[in-house]
Amino acid sequence: MYPFSFKRAATVAEAADLFKGSDDPQYLAGGQTLIPTLKQRLAAPSDLIEVSRIESLKGISEDGGQIVIGAGVSHAEVAASELVRARIPGLAGLAGEIGDPHVRHRGTLGGSIANNDPAADYPAAVLALGAEVRTAARSIAADDYFLGMFETALEEGELITSVAFKVPEASAYAKFPNPASRYAMVGVFVAKFADGVRVAVTGAGPGVFRVPEMEAALSADFSESALHGISVSAEGLNSDLHGSADYRAHLVGVMARRAVAVAR
Amino acid sequence: MTKVTLTVNGQTVEKDIADNRLLVELLREDAGLTGTHVGCDTSQCGACVVHVNGKAVKSCTMFALEADGADVVTIEGLAKEGELHPVQEAFRDHHGLQCGFCTPGMIMSSVDIIRRNPNLDEKTVREELEGNICRCTGYQGIVKAVLAAADEMKKEAV
Repeated sequence: MYPFSFKRAATVAEAADLFKGSDDPQYLAGGQTLIPTLKQRLAAPSDLIEVSRIESLKGISEDGGQIVIGAGVSHAEVAASELVRARIPGLAGLAGEIGDPHVRHRGTLGGSIANNDPAADYPAAVLALGAEVRTAARSIAADDYFLGMFETALEEGELITSVAFKVPEASAYAKFPNPASRYAMVGVFVAKFADGVRVAVTGAGPGVFRVPEMEAALSADFSESALHGISVSAEGLNSDLHGSADYRAHLVGVMARRAVAVAR
Repeated sequence: MTKVTLTVNGQTVEKDIADNRLLVELLREDAGLTGTHVGCDTSQCGACVVHVNGKAVKSCTMFALEADGADVVTIEGLAKEGELHPVQEAFRDHHGLQCGFCTPGMIMSSVDIIRRNPNLDEKTVREELEGNICRCTGYQGIVKAVLAAADEMKKEAV
């Protein structure tokens, strides 16, 4: 690992100031992706700014019909939250399937979606639930937030403070995990709202994406059978030693049907 | 160099360390607690699991400075007054180890699993051990040991 200077932020404002005052800084949340990346010397930030002690990034609450989760909340806390389990069971279920228990104790919601790994789980929930990604300066709609592989709408130094999720009538996440890494080979999040259904896919392509054809079919009839005959094109999907693009395209259909079958 | 102060197994540890020092390096090399192992150093194997403020974490995937002010428990901190912890005892009784390399992490994870799951069953134990790899036992003895320890700890709590 290359050397860096470790800095600690107590508030969001202090984190932003430290960021501005450094040459090539990076925020450090739970570190479950960043630390392995640093060990492989794939990144060489001059300064790491620890944001995991910032109180205002913690906590889960219900506010105006939305579930608001602090960016610094761990996957284990989301999975165990009575509020999330009662209001958005699909989201609690997703958080409980990320990595392993040790990763879930450290990894955070904000860290996951700021990184936007194409095989991460959270982007599927954020996009399917039409969430708002909130920073100190603004609120970004999920549809405008994910720009592609490891790319987001965040500006340089802009720190996510919380994510506000609309409460759906029913939701579920079904994933086919890579047997070694537990990252999603394909993960599909299905969310049913009064005004329609949203379907988001992670793991299959270079970034999370929605499937309009499935959304239209499920909005008319929220059942597994509504998805019969709908296939996703393999064009542009990921192809690697774990699975071909055709295999992933097929899995999108299977995971979508499984998610609809267990949505509640 | 930055000063870090934390509690390890009830003792205060204070050191000047490089900012990129990992928690596991601090424990093994600075505090001399070599019970915590480094297996893969890539967050996969779980040999390095310790408890930080009561939560099981991979100490190879946490900077020592992130643990500043924390209460850390390692495998050396489980036995009390020469008596093995019930989970350690159960691993011995049920052949939960062979070469022993993964065992410190297995045991620290198991203590955490039992603490978080009041009604453990075999399926849950197997799911929860996702982040710990053993290449000797085939896991049968480990799962048996965790279930037996959970029962034992319930009895003790009554």
